Amino acid sequence: MLSVDGLTKRFSGLVAVDDASLAAPEGRITGLIGPNGAGKTTLFAMAAGFLTPDAGTVTFAGEDVTAEPPHLRARRGMARTFQIVQPFAGLTVRENIAVGAHLHHPSRAEAMERADAIGKRVGLAKDLDRAAAGLTVAGRKRLELARALATQPKLLLLDEVLAGLNPSEIRDILPVIRAIRDEGVTILMIEHIMQAVMNLCEHVYVLAQGKMIAEGPPIEVSRDPQVVEAYLGHGAAARMQAAGGADA
Amino acid sequence: MSARDLLLPLIAVLVLAGLAFSGLSGTLLNLLIFMMIISLAAQGWNILGGFGGLSSFGHAAFFGTGAYTTLILQTSLGVNAWAGLVAGVLLGAAVGAGIGFLSFRSGLKGSYFALITLAFAEVLRIASNSAPITGGAAGILLPLDYGFLNLQFDDRRWFALIAILFVGAALALTRWLERSRFGAYLIAIRENEQAAQALGVDVFRVKLGAITLSAGCTALAGVLYAQNYLFVDAHVAYGPWISIEALFAAIVGGLGTMFGPLVGAVALLGLGEITKMVSGGVPGVDLLVFGAILILTVAFVPGGLMSLRQRLTGRRRPRGETALRSEEGA
Repeated sequence: MLSVDGLTKRFSGLVAVDDASLAAPEGRITGLIGPNGAGKTTLFAMAAGFLTPDAGTVTFAGEDVTAEPPHLRARRGMARTFQIVQPFAGLTVRENIAVGAHLHHPSRAEAMERADAIGKRVGLAKDLDRAAAGLTVAGRKRLELARALATQPKLLLLDEVLAGLNPSEIRDILPVIRAIRDEGVTILMIEHIMQAVMNLCEHVYVLAQGKMIAEGPPIEVSRDPQVVEAYLGHGAAARMQAAGGADA
Repeated sequence: MSARDLLLPLIAVLVLAGLAFSGLSGTLLNLLIFMMIISLAAQGWNILGGFGGLSSFGHAAFFGTGAYTTLILQTSLGVNAWAGLVAGVLLGAAVGAGIGFLSFRSGLKGSYFALITLAFAEVLRIASNSAPITGGAAGILLPLDYGFLNLQFDDRRWFALIAILFVGAALALTRWLERSRFGAYLIAIRENEQAAQALGVDVFRVKLGAITLSAGCTALAGVLYAQNYLFVDAHVAYGPWISIEALFAAIVGGLGTMFGPLVGAVALLGLGEITKMVSGGVPGVDLLVFGAILILTVAFVPGGLMSLRQRLTGRRRPRGETALRSEEGA
């Protein structure tokens, strides 16, 4: 569904993403993990068209979309959420979702109806008439998800939709994400919460300092010494092995 | 948009028309006509500034283009006033599209956009003050010649009625904005441009459409102004006064609301007129009042006069959308 090849992005001297490649196969949930500042969000921004890569290509459903602006990618069926939530603060929750629904429903009444249905699906039924600015963190994350879903995407790019949620809120939202996948939507998610990654993803990529350092099923990747070192520092993997994994 | 959506604009037109034909004195009728003209200019401003969040400081560029176009066409080419009106609106809209194309292409927003629009209007003012086609500093005079086709009426109530009908049409246009995908996209851009983009909104095109509509509406105000006073010069057409009155009326009345600009124009000009009468005509005293009203509005009723109404009625309503919003705004 989505594949990025050799993506590179420099911000003056800093190489934020360095020759990174990944693929999100159709109908699967693919994860992208990595320590803070690894360049995950930058990679996402390039995939969705918000940043132009200095090198590399983005291919969506078999077509090269590297140079396409975000709104055209959205029309092709690519939807993203933002790590730092971006609600239309002055509008109600229903109106927020309706903006997404308008992509395929020109009529206001239809878009509002779709918004109702999607709002209910992600658990925002009670909040539909509230101003988006009045939502809790968990509510805003759900709103991000709902708006993206309202565009009827083929591919959903989720940028830390679980961050800032408490364990019970996470438990509530995991089935929602899985249900979206079951309907045939391909998902690529950036996530920090390993419990969720283990739970949802079939395949994960690990980005560290802009480079893709590992990929594979989550269990394997989490044991990869390179990955452990990327998270915990140089020599950590060796020390953990020496300690027999007791500290892990 | 359904027939029901047009009910409020229709009621407004009936009330205003009833007022125009209620036997007002000449002075009051003139004031009513002027209120309608400023309202139209402000309604145009509100489309871009209120719904789109793009505050222009140069709507004079559109107002003046409308005014000059119709007078030039009538005096030098003998075109009838109605064709002049259509041409004025179209050319005004085209100037809007041109300024929009240049500004939005370069991603101008906020104070940068306000400044660039002011610059465009000022350039037009200076150019029209010296160009032969606009009559230079002397301006253009349209000879008095009553007749429907000339859009000049011996009985000024008919001119008032036409202005009121246009205000009604602009109200309906605003209502359409509130009920359409285009309007929803425009508001989404105001609230969060990046999020709108992610949802498939072509930000550039929507903004361009908004400034074109906005400019056309304000150009219509310019056409009516020229037609009412049968005269236009560089200061009247492209001077900052109209840019300021358009945004004043919209802000005081209530940004992004259907009735805001109309209410704002009536309130501002009405108060200005009363002050002038009370003070015995000290020059510029109405501007002093305008400034004071703007300060009071921004400080105490940031949502404009329209939000005052919601605030008063909101308490008695069940916890609906408006009640919640005014709580948050407060």
